[in-house]
Amino acid sequence: MSQNYYQKEIETMPLEEMRKLQSEKLIRQVKHVYENVPYYRNLMDEKGVKPEDINGIEDLHKLPFLTKADLRDAYPYGLLAKPLDECVRIQSTSGTTGRRVVAFYTQHDVDLWEDCCARAITAVGGTKKDVCQVAYGYGLFTGGPGLNGGSHKVGCLTLPMSSGNTERQIQFMTDLNATILCCTPSYAAYIGETLKEQGYKPEDIPLKAGIFGAEPWTEEMRRGIEKTLGIKAYDIYGLTETSGPGVAFECEEQTGMHVNEDHFYAEIIDPETGEVLPEGSKGELVFTSLDKEAFPLLRYRTRDICVLSRKKCSCGRTLIKMAKPMGRTDDMLIIRGVNVFPSQIETVLLNEGYEPNYQIIVDRVKNNDTFDVNVEMTSDKFTDKVSEIIAMEKSLAGAMKTMLGINPTVHLVAPKSIARSEGKAVRVIDKRKLI
Amino acid sequence: MAIRQLTVFVQNRKGTVVSVTDILAKNNINIRALSIAETEDFGILRLIVDNETAATKILEENGYLIKIINVVGVKIGDKPGALTAALNVLDKANINVEYLYAFMARTEKHAYVVLRVEDNDAVESALENAGLHLITNEDICKL
Repeated sequence: MSQNYYQKEIETMPLEEMRKLQSEKLIRQVKHVYENVPYYRNLMDEKGVKPEDINGIEDLHKLPFLTKADLRDAYPYGLLAKPLDECVRIQSTSGTTGRRVVAFYTQHDVDLWEDCCARAITAVGGTKKDVCQVAYGYGLFTGGPGLNGGSHKVGCLTLPMSSGNTERQIQFMTDLNATILCCTPSYAAYIGETLKEQGYKPEDIPLKAGIFGAEPWTEEMRRGIEKTLGIKAYDIYGLTETSGPGVAFECEEQTGMHVNEDHFYAEIIDPETGEVLPEGSKGELVFTSLDKEAFPLLRYRTRDICVLSRKKCSCGRTLIKMAKPMGRTDDMLIIRGVNVFPSQIETVLLNEGYEPNYQIIVDRVKNNDTFDVNVEMTSDKFTDKVSEIIAMEKSLAGAMKTMLGINPTVHLVAPKSIARSEGKAVRVIDKRKLI
Repeated sequence: MAIRQLTVFVQNRKGTVVSVTDILAKNNINIRALSIAETEDFGILRLIVDNETAATKILEENGYLIKIINVVGVKIGDKPGALTAALNVLDKANINVEYLYAFMARTEKHAYVVLRVEDNDAVESALENAGLHLITNEDICKL
C-alpha cells in the first residue's frame, strides 16, 4: 500500500464517512447557492426544489442541471456566489468568442484547488525533495497555475516554465535535475523526442514521473512517453468550470483517476433522459462542487462520456475512480489541448464570405495533433490565379486562428466535394485513435 | 479582340482532369489549348475550346466551378527567339504577365501564345505596335 498521500484522512476515508462528509457539505453548498445565485435559485424554483429538500447526498438528483449554455447565459457574473471584493482570481477557458467561461476564486477556492493538485503530485511520489517542472501554459489557462500551486503546497522546488521554448525546458530540466514534469501529453512526447535527438538516454534524464492532462491521450502514448523519458506517466483531469486540473488524478496503479470527491461529487447520467445511472454504467459525467465559495456549480454537465468505479484500489485510496473520458455528448473537439467547436469554424466562414461547407480533419502524427479544414470554393471567390487562391487559404487560416487560438491548415476544395452522408455533410473526421 | 479562356477549379486528385475532358468529349467540344496550374490541394485548368458557351453550361451542370477569363492571344514565328521578342515588347511596356502558355499549329510555320495580364488593352496595343498579330477564339478554332 502506498504512503503517498497528501491528505491521508480524506483520501483513504471509509465510504460511509465520506458520504456523511459529502452530505454535510452539499447541504451547505446548496444553501449558499440558493441564497446568493439568483440564476440557480430560479432553476430550483422552476423545478420546485428548496434547499430544505436537500438533506444529504442521496437528494442530489432532485437538483436541476447546469450546462455550458447556462454558463454562457450567465456570463460573466450570473453564477458568482460571492461579492467581487472577496474574489482573488479568475481563470478562463482557452479560446473563444461566445463560449468563453470565466471562473472566479476566493482564496479558499484557490487553496482547495491547489490541495487537489497537491494530492495529484503526492500520489506520483512527489515530496518536498522534488523539483517540479510545470510546462503547462500559465495565464488564463488553468494548467500552469493549478499545478504550480499544488507544487508549492507539496513543497517541491517549482520551476514555473510555462509551455514552449523546448530548448530552455531541457536546459532547466537537466541543469536543475527536475524530477516531476507537468504538461500536456503531446508536449511531454515532444520534449522526449527532442531529448532523444540530442542524444539523451532515458537513464540520463533526471525525471521520475510526469503528470499529463488537458487533452485526450492513449495508453500507447503513455507507454511511449514512459519509455523515452524513463518515467511513470500519470493522467490528471479537470475543467475550468469546476476549478481546473486536479478534479481527479491517477495513482501508481494507473487504472483510472481518483476523483477528489470530498470537493467534487461525480455522477454518471443518461445524457438523453438525465437519469442517474448506477456505478459502472457508461454515461455523461456530472460534477457538483461541495465547498466552493465564489463559483460553485451544482450538477454541472461536463459532456464527457465516462464510467465511475468504486473497485478497491491497491494504492489504499477509497476515492471513487473515473475512467479516461471516452468521448463527448456534443461535437466539441480537443485539438492541441484547445477546445474547438465546429460551429466556430462555421462562424468564421460566414464572416469571411464563404458558404458553411467545410470539413475538419484531425489526426495525430508523431504525437502531435494535425488540424486541417477543407472549405468548398465558391463561384464568387474563384479566380484563375493560383497565388490568389493560396492567399485566400492563408487568410482563412488566420481568421480561424484568431477565433480558436490554434492554427489550422486550410484547403480550398471543389464545390460539393465534401462527403455527405444521408444528404448531411460529415463535418468532423477525427482519425486520432484515442480510446 | 480578347480570347475567352475557360477556367475550371478541380481537386488535385487522381482522375479529376480526365473527368473534365471526358465531359467535353462526350459533348463534342474540342480542346484547342490547355494549361494546368496546380498546388498540393487544387488545380486550375485553363482551356481554350471551340465552343466555350456550351462547355461552360455542361460543366456547370456537372457541378464544376467555371470562370470565363479574357486573355490575349498573339501569333509569333515558330523559330528560336520569337517568344523572347514578344515578351520583350511587354517588358519594355512595363507589363507584368500573370501566366502564359503556348501551342503550335499543325500546318503553318507559327506558334501561338496565350497571355494572362491585368490590362488586356494595353497589352494588345503594345503587341500590335510591335507588328505582332493578335488572334481570337475563332482563329484558334480554324487552326
